[in-house]
Amino acid sequence: MDRINSVAQLKAIQAKPDSNQIIIRVGMGTCGIAAGAKEALDVMVEEAKRLKINNITFVKTGCIGMCFAEPTVEVAIPGQKAVLYGNVDQDKAREIINRHLTKGELLDDILEIKNQYRIALRNCGVIDPENINDYIARDGYQALGKVIQELTPEQVIETVKLSGLRGRGGGGFPTGIKWQSTHNSPSDIKYIICNADEGDPGAFMDRSVLEGDPHSVLEAMAIAGYAIGAHTGYIYIRAEYPLAIARLEVALSQARECGLLGNNILGSSFSFDISLRYGAGAFVCGEETSLINSIQGSRGEPTNKPPYPAEKGLWGKPTSVNNVETFANIPPIFLRGPEWFASIGTEKSKGTKVFALAGSVNRVGLIEVVMGTTLRQIIYDIGGGTKDNKKFKAVQTGGPSGGCITEAHLDMPIDYEHLIKIGTMMGSGGMIVMNDDDCMVNFAKFYLEFMCEESCGKCTPCRIGNKRLLEILTKVTDGQGTEKDLETLKELGHYIKDTALCGLGQTAPNPVLSTLEYFEDEYLAHVRDKKCPSHVCVNLLEYHIVEDKCIGCTACARACPSQCITGEVKGTHMIDQSKCLKCGTCFATCKFKAIVRR
Amino acid sequence: MDVNIKINDVELGVPSGYTVLEAAHLAKINIPSLCHMKLKDMNVTNHVASCRVCMVEVEGKRNLAPACSTVVSEGMVIRTNTDRAMKARRTSVELLLSDHPSDCLVCAKNQKCDLQKIAADLGIRGQLHYQGEKSKYPKDLSSKSIIRDPEKCILCRRCETMCNEVQTCGILSAVDRGFKTVVKPTFGLPLAETMCTFCGQCVAVCPTGALTEANNVNEVWDAIHNPNKYVVVQTAPAVRVALGEEFGLEAGSNVTGKMVTALRNLGFKKVFDTDFAADLTIVEEASEFVHRLQQGGKLPMLTSCCPAWINFLEYQFPDLLDNPSTCKSPHEMLGAVIKTYYAHKMNIAPEQIVVVSVMPCVAKKYEASRSELSQNQVQNVDYVLTTRELAIMINETGMDFSGLDDGEFDSPLGESTGVALIFGATGGVMEAALRTAYEWLTGDVLENLEMTELRGFKGIREASIPINGEEVKIAIANGLGNARKLLEDIRKGKSDYALIEVMACPGGCIGGAGQPYHHGDSEIIKKRAQALYREDREMVKRKSHKNEDVLKLYHDFLGEFYGEKAHELLHTHYTNKRKTEY
Repeated sequence: MDRINSVAQLKAIQAKPDSNQIIIRVGMGTCGIAAGAKEALDVMVEEAKRLKINNITFVKTGCIGMCFAEPTVEVAIPGQKAVLYGNVDQDKAREIINRHLTKGELLDDILEIKNQYRIALRNCGVIDPENINDYIARDGYQALGKVIQELTPEQVIETVKLSGLRGRGGGGFPTGIKWQSTHNSPSDIKYIICNADEGDPGAFMDRSVLEGDPHSVLEAMAIAGYAIGAHTGYIYIRAEYPLAIARLEVALSQARECGLLGNNILGSSFSFDISLRYGAGAFVCGEETSLINSIQGSRGEPTNKPPYPAEKGLWGKPTSVNNVETFANIPPIFLRGPEWFASIGTEKSKGTKVFALAGSVNRVGLIEVVMGTTLRQIIYDIGGGTKDNKKFKAVQTGGPSGGCITEAHLDMPIDYEHLIKIGTMMGSGGMIVMNDDDCMVNFAKFYLEFMCEESCGKCTPCRIGNKRLLEILTKVTDGQGTEKDLETLKELGHYIKDTALCGLGQTAPNPVLSTLEYFEDEYLAHVRDKKCPSHVCVNLLEYHIVEDKCIGCTACARACPSQCITGEVKGTHMIDQSKCLKCGTCFATCKFKAIVRR
Repeated sequence: MDVNIKINDVELGVPSGYTVLEAAHLAKINIPSLCHMKLKDMNVTNHVASCRVCMVEVEGKRNLAPACSTVVSEGMVIRTNTDRAMKARRTSVELLLSDHPSDCLVCAKNQKCDLQKIAADLGIRGQLHYQGEKSKYPKDLSSKSIIRDPEKCILCRRCETMCNEVQTCGILSAVDRGFKTVVKPTFGLPLAETMCTFCGQCVAVCPTGALTEANNVNEVWDAIHNPNKYVVVQTAPAVRVALGEEFGLEAGSNVTGKMVTALRNLGFKKVFDTDFAADLTIVEEASEFVHRLQQGGKLPMLTSCCPAWINFLEYQFPDLLDNPSTCKSPHEMLGAVIKTYYAHKMNIAPEQIVVVSVMPCVAKKYEASRSELSQNQVQNVDYVLTTRELAIMINETGMDFSGLDDGEFDSPLGESTGVALIFGATGGVMEAALRTAYEWLTGDVLENLEMTELRGFKGIREASIPINGEEVKIAIANGLGNARKLLEDIRKGKSDYALIEVMACPGGCIGGAGQPYHHGDSEIIKKRAQALYREDREMVKRKSHKNEDVLKLYHDFLGEFYGEKAHELLHTHYTNKRKTEY
């Protein structure tokens, strides 16, 4: 690759699409590969070779976000509408070449991306992340060129401020203001850090961006560096993201080779380079001061703020820490203008947000929607409704730090303000849909367990407070809780929120407090009636045989691992509660619905 | 520049940069705090803001703010005693107690514990609101100096600050996460297997019983009550200006006479003064220095009185083992003299004599067990007690300490000069050595004895002394982190000092880990230093080489200064003890 020495040169090398080429895009993010994308690709390459079809370009892209249908393959025949297939196993891959390409027959399982608006994910699933020319072809690095050539650092900051972009990592702090304060802190050395320590269980938008469009992050970091006066950037990334790391490394070396990183970028006097730092998978290292400590080789634990990293960050120098998704939004803001960005979304939450939709929903995956989209639109229009048409109960947003959105708020616009108002938060954008089979107490316990595991142990409220909170919650799910315990949960939860040292500790009680607020009846059922309405909490569960439904087939007794079911053939059976393991085998075995949970 | 703030409706101006905690102090409002520690004059600050006890309401802030690490800003409105703040403080303490053993009555820190005090101050009585699993960890009894009891640790991280930032030893660090977080030595090793110098600064600052000294009180009682043993005691200079604090006396009170009487009452056969040995040390050390200066020996010469410092050197700078003076530390010298000269004089078998040293130090406990500090397999010193342990013994016997008459140290090893006293403060050994070496090198009488430029608590101090027309450069370091800087210069060949004094503890022995707990108040340490200098000023003899008992000892027994016999009894050697490669 040749060094690109000016913006004009950058524009000149933008490749024009070849009108004769068929393009087949195979989603090869970690998820696609795990689902068999590589095997599908091999089959297609082989088939094309066998059939001597020479005008196919196979593009290994990142993930398009349709986890429910991996592997995905997009077929783009010149002059025709591109067709996206899901669940492409080796047979289907063969058929894509044999039927779609050669006979023009469309196959089943055609997918469509509907009701989404892709800014951060604009290139994911479209370009080959390991080929810088693909990125350049889609106006890659032109935003950086424009910034260096036309704007002063102050104007860059003003543009980001005007766009209304807010941090996508959780807190929603205005990105422009963060850059401004870092810019204003006097120092000859400053740093840009990209926080790629994605840790929320179930959230993987950052991984997806890095695997599918790494250059957009590199470009945005260079823009940020120009704005604040930094010449060095770090990407702090989980070591558990090997593919993202590999693709970043490829992207870094290509960008350096082209003169888009390193000294005198695009022939200008601006120099900026980026290196990677690996995290060991501690959730708390997503908190910026912990992250900085970790980069410095210290224990990954937070320090009291202020001073904020913008004043005293990495190695004591002014540092701006921004999240992957935030960075991915930056180049389009400069290419299409801050007014364009600000025209999308709600009054105070501009642009789009990527959500990781999971749980009891038909189409799980990554989606990017305009801020202000309602939950109903997300779950039903994009997510295809709840699984097995079960009754919707709630959505957990904001990961372990978040809270619940109930049916009452299904039509509420999703943005930073509204989520905070109802006691949850945007977080990094995890969205877990729950139905009647989910016990909200147990659910809160699951997240609290995670937070207790991930607490750095530094401050008292988080280290001991959350532990006590979990112990009380465990008492409740074990059927040992009292109504007084529910009071204590609230009291202790609010104390932790009010006193913990960092965001992790302060938000850890959210799932508990939020479920207590919206599902108090479930808590009361646990402590008053000693019953789990969703039949999830094993210690509160009993299996009983309904006398008039049991026909005495003995199937349950034979299946029972603890041999606690007795009864004559053709006679009514009985469960000895003292021996029952509550494994549910009998419940699943009985064909006559004679076994019930109470 | 002053910043105008309002605390609990009191308006006041406070210097900018002050924390809310400091500002409240100015307004005479007490905000309880636990993890926070600031030793002002020693440049030591622990503000990890981890305990969340000092929480206050600051107008405009969504959450409560820790007073210890929130810096005041213009117009800040602070409330310390709202329901919300008080409940939060109480909850933090109750949560700490919910994961803390309830054995206060038999804890080594009973009545000296900051957590106990704060719980009492906040009126926490009866049953705790929060209860649950408690952390379980074995005690670390591996070392002769320090006992670790992690179950009592509240993770204030003061020990880490001392160990890593001040002393640069890097032994203690928090490991693991969440409720399982615990402060442990390097690689989870027992303390004795690490490169811990046993300076004990972790013990000095630990607010609870998680780090305490290894207690030798019972062994000493057993020895005293053993009819076959002849138990003698010696006390270090820094002990006499601190012991009184344990009996409610003002910091800096000199209680030498009462201490001597108390020791005699405890049943020690003889009460000797380590100050005598300090003079002895100076005579030897000054001789060695003069020898090195005149014979082109290894320079800079480093003082060798401080056992933690010697450990540090053997662990971390084994390439510089030729630099320190070979002189034993004063109490070891006295032990050696007692078990030879004095034993012979009194016609007692050395094995029968038990030498107990009362020291401001916990590293001396380890030092006493060093095999090289012995003669014919008899250790020079048998037991080392800290100032605190001595107070425990005195209390146990029910003595009314402040009502005791003044006693006198026993002779012949009892006389001392003023300069021996100031051994207890950083810079004291240097001043003592110079008072003697100067006169020996120049043949002049040193008139201006008080070398004030050598005094104070600054981490590294240096001076240039004109001797025979040449400027002899000397330096003083207190705190091992400061010593490290000087040592690294020596290593690089960049050091032009002739003599360097090092004391491991900030402030020197008066700030030693065996002293009454200062609870973060560095004024106490300063007052102890002032008491030593005051005492020196009041002494008639203020130069070690004028000590008659010392001179008699050489005349009767040791022979020449720095001679053969002196080498055998009063000098030691050092070995490479590096345990970890970096």
